[in-house]
Amino acid sequence: MSNETDFPKPSERGSFDWSPHAQALGFEFVSSQKAWATLKLPFRDDLVGDPDSGVIAGGAVTALLDHVCGHAVMMAIDFMTPIATLDLRIDYMRAAEPGLGVFAEAHCYKVTRSIAFVRASAWDKDKNDPVATAQAAFMINSDSGRRGSGHPPEATSGQGAST
Amino acid sequence: MSDTSDQLDALLSRIPYARYLGMRAELAGDEMTAILPFAPHLIGNPTLPAIHGGVLGAFMEMTALAQISIMQGLTRQPRPIDISVEYLRSARPLTTYARAEIRKIGRRIANVHVEAWQETRANPITLLRGHFLLSPKED
Repeated sequence: MSNETDFPKPSERGSFDWSPHAQALGFEFVSSQKAWATLKLPFRDDLVGDPDSGVIAGGAVTALLDHVCGHAVMMAIDFMTPIATLDLRIDYMRAAEPGLGVFAEAHCYKVTRSIAFVRASAWDKDKNDPVATAQAAFMINSDSGRRGSGHPPEATSGQGAST
Repeated sequence: MSDTSDQLDALLSRIPYARYLGMRAELAGDEMTAILPFAPHLIGNPTLPAIHGGVLGAFMEMTALAQISIMQGLTRQPRPIDISVEYLRSARPLTTYARAEIRKIGRRIANVHVEAWQETRANPITLLRGHFLLSPKED
């Protein structure tokens, strides 16, 4: 708590502006708030997975979901520290509509001292008709002890959507 | 076997997203090794630097799809139903390799495990387990 000033606050845009792969895929920032983030992956011909259908690749949706989950973690912990994905599970409900971009929203619903838990979903037209949902866990301060970045502040848990 | 190898190249080169990542594959008999050479646009975190976790998920997912396609006779692409990716080590800016093992293939569903590594095969950086829906063969 008292050492909050030791850790710069993350931008509401998360790692959006400095992650080369986010830039390369053309992610668009939509919105963020405490523990929540929404991004968009606009459709592009070179991101198609199945040339027979013209549908955006499942892998591109995977990258989007991974990224938006990390973004929500940064919005939840509210200080800049390296984070690393521990695991990411994705369920693919259906293919996205050919030619359409994909939105993804993530909520970091629990933060402990070292781990953050996140749920996310991705959709093209209707948020209630998702193309994929995801569940992920992230390690916080993931290079602790290796690069001397110190420890994160205590009392970062319990920061859910209600705050 | 070189027929299969050519078909595999054709399969990957037809997938725009595989081309975008720079992914290719080599066949030794029926064993495929997928290869993802490092490129700057794959970086997720430039301060470490590390390859984006989503890139590795996508790479392993396409490795699984390609391996199923080899077994199925390279007809239509299978579709992912669910995948679970485990990240063991951060992916450094190096060439990444992956091999898929088909644990079960039925009439409609395939269960596939994938391991990705960089310098040392025995120290995988990420694992993937997934179910894939098989497309009916087109005769």
